Amino acid sequence: MSRIDVRKTYKLYIGGQFPRSESGRSYVVNDAKGTLLANASLASRKDARDAVVAARAAFGGWSGRTAYNRAQVVYRVAEVLEGRREQFEAEMRASEGISAARARTYVDAAIDRLVWYAGWADKITQVVGNANPVAGPYFNLSTPEPSGVIAVVAPAGPLLGLVSVVAPAIVTGNTVVVIASEQHPLTSITLGEVMATSDLPGGVVNVLTGTQAEIAPWLASHMDVNGIDLTGITDEALATELEAAAADNLKRVRRPAPDTDWLAEPGLDRMTQFLETKTVWHPIGV
Amino acid sequence: MTSPFEYAPAPESRAVVDIKPSYGLFVNGEFVDGSGTSFKTVNPATEEVLAEVAEASDADVDEAVKAARRAYTRVWSRMSGAERAKYLYRIARIIQERGRELAVLESIDNGKPIKESRDVDVPIVAAHFFYYAGWADKLKYAGYGDTPLGVAGQVIPWNFPLLMLAWKIAPALACGNTVVLKPAETTPLTALLFAEICQQADLPPGVVNIVTGAGATGRAIVSHPDVDKVAFTGSTEVGKAIARAVAGTDKKVTLELGGKAANIVFDDAPLDQAVEGIVNGIFFNQGHVCCAGSRLLVQESVADEVMSRLKRRMATLRVGDPLDKNTDVGAINSAEQLAKIRELSEIGEAEGAERWSAPCELPSNGYWFAPTVFTGVTQAHRIAREEIFGPVLSVLTFRTPSEAVEKANNTPFGLSAGVWTDKGSRILSMANRLRAGVIWANTFNKFDPTSPFGGYKESGYGREGGRHGLEAYLKGADN
Repeated sequence: MSRIDVRKTYKLYIGGQFPRSESGRSYVVNDAKGTLLANASLASRKDARDAVVAARAAFGGWSGRTAYNRAQVVYRVAEVLEGRREQFEAEMRASEGISAARARTYVDAAIDRLVWYAGWADKITQVVGNANPVAGPYFNLSTPEPSGVIAVVAPAGPLLGLVSVVAPAIVTGNTVVVIASEQHPLTSITLGEVMATSDLPGGVVNVLTGTQAEIAPWLASHMDVNGIDLTGITDEALATELEAAAADNLKRVRRPAPDTDWLAEPGLDRMTQFLETKTVWHPIGV
Repeated sequence: MTSPFEYAPAPESRAVVDIKPSYGLFVNGEFVDGSGTSFKTVNPATEEVLAEVAEASDADVDEAVKAARRAYTRVWSRMSGAERAKYLYRIARIIQERGRELAVLESIDNGKPIKESRDVDVPIVAAHFFYYAGWADKLKYAGYGDTPLGVAGQVIPWNFPLLMLAWKIAPALACGNTVVLKPAETTPLTALLFAEICQQADLPPGVVNIVTGAGATGRAIVSHPDVDKVAFTGSTEVGKAIARAVAGTDKKVTLELGGKAANIVFDDAPLDQAVEGIVNGIFFNQGHVCCAGSRLLVQESVADEVMSRLKRRMATLRVGDPLDKNTDVGAINSAEQLAKIRELSEIGEAEGAERWSAPCELPSNGYWFAPTVFTGVTQAHRIAREEIFGPVLSVLTFRTPSEAVEKANNTPFGLSAGVWTDKGSRILSMANRLRAGVIWANTFNKFDPTSPFGGYKESGYGREGGRHGLEAYLKGADN
């Protein structure tokens, strides 16, 4: 008699925990051929708000860490992901129906992207900050600081896409609430498991699975969210609506970019989008 | 009784400025009549009507945008950075040459003291053009690419009419963009004088277009489909409306909005210097400053001492004729703004804060408000939360650095903050923990073209000034 396999229940990732949706709802995720793979949590407005609370609570500690330490933590995520690569490849092949070679390419790229961004943590200040030679006896320095809590609508291509939008936001000290790819949410939650065991403090990354149209408007209008990344929004009308809602508290908005080549090396702009420049003045004298 | 130390009047001459009875719009290098109605601009110190100014209609704005697009496509974006730089240097030089004229006109139209327009505004305006002129042929070193955006629609406020014009126009032109700029309806005159300066510099027609008008004209610029970039300085409320209006478009936006800055005084601060900083922080330009230090947070142990020194210093402020070189505090810019300051001050009293105004005689004509301080203010008071945009200071106290940080950060704004202490490590730790775009330590209200300025949170996004200020006008190296 063959062994009965143990099937996984995919839940949300909020504040370092893996709760079910408070709404008790889930949705069916099929594989590429249309047969059931698993159920994923269908996050509600309340889940989104809980995730923002967790992200806000984590912000002070995370942004207050040294850049060196944040670099190490993000690098650690890459290390743990490297060790679990087969699982991700298998999940991606099953849910997206892609070839083994392609799955390997994406997992490689996701790991390498984490390593790339990890290295930026303690360099971005030097690249985008500077001393200003003001015309007067003042010491004057401009340095970047994180914007705060960032809502991110992740693009399709759940592992590489997710890593590509989350890593730049957190490596600079922000905390995030991510809406995972609606169609392929499973690897996003598995990535949450990786992050939960990678020294990343609870709440720095929060992953919601469910529908963009249901959750995103609450994040876009949330007064304790400082920025929103609309990368994964493909519905133009929804993107416009979210951007308008983001104006309620002047969130920093990254507009959708449907034609992104996720395998190409990203520039700085995903990091600088959610950075503020702080300029400090002090008189020079005796 | 007249004090033997009383200052004799020292009025600056108005003769250097020639104000025309009416002004048109500056479009495509020429002054043209607008198709809309006209409105009056008044001297807020005397309520004298200064000139009739055209209110640009949608059609006028469209003409200006077309002129800017033509100039962008045919001339300005094709010109080498080195050549663009020379025009900007020319403008900077003419501003210096005509500095007195500009300062006097600014004080007449705005109500600010001549010593500020002469010694602060105009020199920094010239410095902005000099600074960005030098960037025009060095953009590739700045890290944002060297591709301009196109036509920039710019809307500026009445508190620093010329300075805000310089902050908007200098970087836009240096990066190869052309502009349509709308000055505020109560202070259009120096922008129109600047238009003459553009003519004098032989700036190609259409590179700079100035359209006057009120909110409707501003909306027409911001929502014009052929405007690629929107830059706005003004109220948070209007900033939010602009952010909504550009949603779903490709327009790039920078917003410099309101503030409610905390000016934090620790017990080890040099108190006389701190008092000067407090006065400069809130009474500079009648408190019409988005980064004004409008919330004084003073450590409890020195609160009484600071208050008595502050009141003594406030009693020496000379309020009156903006053109008098001895004047410290000039006129409130408009009747509307005066009404708003009065309303919020009355609310402050009604909510239980204690009001004290400097004893001074206010002129009978014009819009005036005596420098005022409220004590016994709590974080819940509206005068501690809302931007008054006038010479009104709210005083709160704190015991520990953490409490000061907590109170300072407890607003939706995040534009600026001040810290006064003798302890270097405390300055640095406070500077790290304050959520604001500019931190002035043991100084306040300092500006320089090389230094980025802009807010966190609801104080807006983007930076103006410095290398960072170029980013707002370029496509970006990554895109």
